[in-house]
Amino acid sequence: MSEFVFLYRGGSRDGSPAEMQQVMQKWMNWLKGLGEKGHIKDQGQPLERTGKLVKGKQKTVTDGPFAEAKDIVGGYTLIQARDLDQAVELSKGCPILERDGAVEVRPVMKMSM
Amino acid sequence: MELSEHLFRHEAGHMVATLTRLFGTHNLALAEDVVQDAFCRAFEVWKVRGVPENPSAWLMATAKNRAIDALRRERTARTFEPELSRLIQSEWTLAPGVEELFAANAIKDDLLRMMFSCCHPRLGEEAQIALMLNILCGFGVDEVAGAFVRTHSAIEKRISRAKRVLASSKKLFDVSAGAEFCSRLPAVQRALYLLFNEGYHGASPESAVRVDLCREAMRLTAILLEHPFGVTPATYALAALMHLDAARLSTRTDSSGNLSSLFDQDRSLWDSKLIAEGQRLLDLSATGPDLTEYHLEAAIAWVHATAGRIEDTNWGQIVALYDTLMTIRPSPVVALNRAIAIGQHEGPERGLQEILGIANHSRLAKYPFYFAALGEFESRSGKYEQAQEQFERALGLARNPMERSFLRKRIQTCEGVAASAPGRAIASK
Repeated sequence: MSEFVFLYRGGSRDGSPAEMQQVMQKWMNWLKGLGEKGHIKDQGQPLERTGKLVKGKQKTVTDGPFAEAKDIVGGYTLIQARDLDQAVELSKGCPILERDGAVEVRPVMKMSM
Repeated sequence: MELSEHLFRHEAGHMVATLTRLFGTHNLALAEDVVQDAFCRAFEVWKVRGVPENPSAWLMATAKNRAIDALRRERTARTFEPELSRLIQSEWTLAPGVEELFAANAIKDDLLRMMFSCCHPRLGEEAQIALMLNILCGFGVDEVAGAFVRTHSAIEKRISRAKRVLASSKKLFDVSAGAEFCSRLPAVQRALYLLFNEGYHGASPESAVRVDLCREAMRLTAILLEHPFGVTPATYALAALMHLDAARLSTRTDSSGNLSSLFDQDRSLWDSKLIAEGQRLLDLSATGPDLTEYHLEAAIAWVHATAGRIEDTNWGQIVALYDTLMTIRPSPVVALNRAIAIGQHEGPERGLQEILGIANHSRLAKYPFYFAALGEFESRSGKYEQAQEQFERALGLARNPMERSFLRKRIQTCEGVAASAPGRAIASK
């Protein structure tokens, strides 16, 4: 088993209350399904869309956002999967994909050589 | 923890109402932004950590904190009520002040305040209902458009115009002032009645949408009944009417989604709990000197709901109730229903005579069930050709696939004259 990080990028935040509830329910079902199959190492956390960017030798501090709205990382989950292919397959169930968002699947670098 | 089906929708109504009381009706858009933000946070946090113990309280607390942020950000850019303006001038008073305005006792009547605000006398009835659905029931523009079978842009225009009217009153309606309350109460009752009817008789082909509209009307009427000025005989009668009709809601379409008339419905499936509650409410409505249209319509619904079989229906009593209704609130649709009841009571020839004698029947020229009722009585008098013509006119006016397939079946029956199918009527009630 290897570890992967799912970074959730973008995703529309609009919608009527009923739609929002529906999408949230889909997320909860998806994560629950992954958990039941032993794929979740760490549920991870949602991230605020604001913050600071500290940059360069000058240590310039600027306000977020850090990217275009469609690229902002909104949260992450630590996943366990056989290989990258399986991790990618697992990510395809993510409801963010139906809402103009993306999942970035990144292997965690292994410590052993 | 499982979420209740309409949690977000209902909490949206509550939060927008409370925030609008704080910000003033001219800042409704800000209130809506804050609520959207609260939902985004719930969305992000709950999907990972699960639903909190008390989701409603979680949302309201989040809305409060977002409101404090918004006030801090907007205090110089916008104008607020003098009382709130004073509170937000200093950090000493801002958070504690808002905290107080969100206390359980303070937010108790907010839905009712918003309900009365939506029934502004400068708004037409359709606009009032659209506004209630949008603000109080948390329906998005597309969902309101779906309920009324109108285009997105038509409903968007109607709602934004209505919101401008709402903004002009600056403050939410004051439900503690008896005289104003009583003078606006009939408009509120009427809007709730129409909202229910949109669900019960409306054009939307989706029965789920229609059940939602009926439930929303019942939920808002229950809120009205909780207020000391709102709990009048007419409100009881309105609630009774809704319960008695809603008891039959699930049988209005059969298992394959086809419209089923009162004559074909499986009465064993009528909801006996709703009928009992409707009867209790009807008893409570029977006080005081006022006999309203809601009393009469509830009584008519009660006669139907308590008839074990269609043959047991006391049509004479129903005709008498319609006679009185015609003196209180005459309309071509009421006249049509009265004529149908007469036809049931005294035979199809009399029914036809009454339908053709309706004053202003030109106002029914686009109502499919006017022609359907004519067709029904024609076919019962054995005049199948004429009946078929009427059903075809009705078909041309039908508003959704359910109505169309219902009418096509009637046409087929007429075509197969040989088949001596027993006459059946479309009942509007």
